[in-house]
Amino acid sequence: MQQSNLDNILANPKFQELVEKRSSYAWSLSIAMLVIYFGFILIVAFGKSFLAQPIAGGLMTIGIPLGIGVIVSAFVLTGLYVRRANGEFDDLNRQVLENLK
Amino acid sequence: MRGLLKSLPAGIGAAILGGLMPYPALADAIAGEAKKSAFNLEAVVMFVAFVGFTLVITYWAAKRTKTAKDFYAAGGGITGFQNGLAVAGDYMSAASFLGIAGLVYANGYDGLIYSVGWLVGWPIILFLIAERLRNLGKYTFADVASYRFSQTPIRSLAACGTLATVAFYLIAQMVGAGQLIKLLFGLEYWMAVVIVGALMITYVLFGGMIATTWVQIIKACLLLSGATFMAFMVLYKFGFSPEAIFKKAVEFHPKKLAIMAPGALISDPISAISLGMALMFGTAGLPHILMRFFTVSDAKEARKSVLYATGFIGYFYILTFIIGFGAIVLIMDPSNPIFITSPPLPGDAAFKTTQIIGGNNMAAIHTAHAVGGDLFFGFISAVAFATILAVVSGLTLAGASAVSHDLYASVFFKGRVNERDEIRVSKVATVILGIVAVVLGIAFEKQNVAFMVGLAFVIAASANFPLLMMSMFWGKMTTRGAVCGGWLGLISAVVMLVLGPTVWQSVMGHPQAIFPYANPGLFSITLAFAGIWFFSITDNSEQGARERELFKAQFVRSQTGLGAEGASVH
Repeated sequence: MQQSNLDNILANPKFQELVEKRSSYAWSLSIAMLVIYFGFILIVAFGKSFLAQPIAGGLMTIGIPLGIGVIVSAFVLTGLYVRRANGEFDDLNRQVLENLK
Repeated sequence: MRGLLKSLPAGIGAAILGGLMPYPALADAIAGEAKKSAFNLEAVVMFVAFVGFTLVITYWAAKRTKTAKDFYAAGGGITGFQNGLAVAGDYMSAASFLGIAGLVYANGYDGLIYSVGWLVGWPIILFLIAERLRNLGKYTFADVASYRFSQTPIRSLAACGTLATVAFYLIAQMVGAGQLIKLLFGLEYWMAVVIVGALMITYVLFGGMIATTWVQIIKACLLLSGATFMAFMVLYKFGFSPEAIFKKAVEFHPKKLAIMAPGALISDPISAISLGMALMFGTAGLPHILMRFFTVSDAKEARKSVLYATGFIGYFYILTFIIGFGAIVLIMDPSNPIFITSPPLPGDAAFKTTQIIGGNNMAAIHTAHAVGGDLFFGFISAVAFATILAVVSGLTLAGASAVSHDLYASVFFKGRVNERDEIRVSKVATVILGIVAVVLGIAFEKQNVAFMVGLAFVIAASANFPLLMMSMFWGKMTTRGAVCGGWLGLISAVVMLVLGPTVWQSVMGHPQAIFPYANPGLFSITLAFAGIWFFSITDNSEQGARERELFKAQFVRSQTGLGAEGASVH
């Protein structure tokens, strides 16, 4: 990469905005995923009786929708990230690169 | 956690605590010698059709494979959707399909905890790794890890990490393949291993990444449709009422109501966290999966790949949970005991799930038989075979790339090789790796090699992942820090696993393990990160200062994709 391009990008406020927004979004979602997963594991380890409670008098326990919920949450979180990254972040990125020409 | 080890067959316990449980089915298959079953005509016919079709694809791919970029990265022309399927395919191995269904069959709810653990690494890969990896790399993850560092030491480390991961994984897969195929197809063990070896060499040698990707995509589609059909049929038989299924399951299962809630799977928090870390970070350090991110055209497609992959894998795990419960109600039904060795009396507490013909991992296969007859049984058996084939092909390609691209071209010839020679070396490496895998697969026939999968995952999590992660995120890292920390992670992972209960106690037969935890992930991953940090900040060399200076350019490229590899135009 040419030094002039590098300096141009590093000095571009749009680039700083992009990095700032994207990394705070990525880290927030990562932390959300970790909290959901390790939270689930801790309930499994210490709150077995909570997960074993039946729902609405049937045999289905709270643990089943909760476990499937963790699987669904993983997909939802990736969806949230991809939506913003492929829209807003890529637009910002395009503006940063156009500024080079 | 350790209590569980005692209550499960050695193979399963070893794989679970060895880290990683990606392959409980495999573990079970490799724990003991499988019984050869009768010749399965439907399965053989369908498998031959699959092989014929994939060979046509390999022929088509071979004509398209002209450059190194085609060979290693399918020319960068795979779309996000296709790559999502291929990545999901790499992850949904025969063993994880049969293994999770088998776990749900044996323990009920606990099987779901496993599925969850396997899935949650994917969002993290997307948020922190996927686009940076795509923007910085070319063919292997070592391209990224060595981006601004001294090539020889970093590439050697990355290549050792890759080859160790691939080798252990491949041997375990080969032995599992032989046992499973013997069981499903009624073929001799050695024949099964040779067929798998010959086909994987053919795909990789002639079709490179293009063939490997398409074989994986086709298999993913077959597996997803097969599993969807099975789950649908199970639900259909019970009028789409989960409650009706649960009622029968609780009635038939020897553990009764306990199958509806977590059992003894996780009780010790250190083991639980260690396992969770190794699973998450191991996934993010598997070389054959990381390589797939170079097959798409840009960061945008890389992101989409992970979204689709997460969706397919999550959907697949939910199906497996339904199939596992379906297996309980269909196989354990005392009025129709055709899949169990000795029929239980209703309410017989002594009845064990292991009385199922072929072991717990056959639960999904028998369920296929119960819902779809001989034809569908043959189909699922053929899909299981195809699945193993697709996974070992990806592993072989990753190993061959480490040899040709990282060791041969970068370490020995310092980048002064032409593409033709590099590809030639890669092809030679493919053949050698394939032959070695077949020979070791046959040699280990009667051994319990389940711990090797654990070893592969722990190495990926403790060497490959910290190296990759820190090189992308931490500007102050230097070659010295990376090399010290990376080797520290690799060696400590191997040593702790060997001294732990999985190998020292279960495999070598010593009465007491020297290292108490079966999964060293928490310790070896921490050691690797700490090592990288410590040996980098204490590095006052001129070279270290230069490398820190280069981070700016790397950072800009990783963020913007400026200067990144594009797709090749044919």
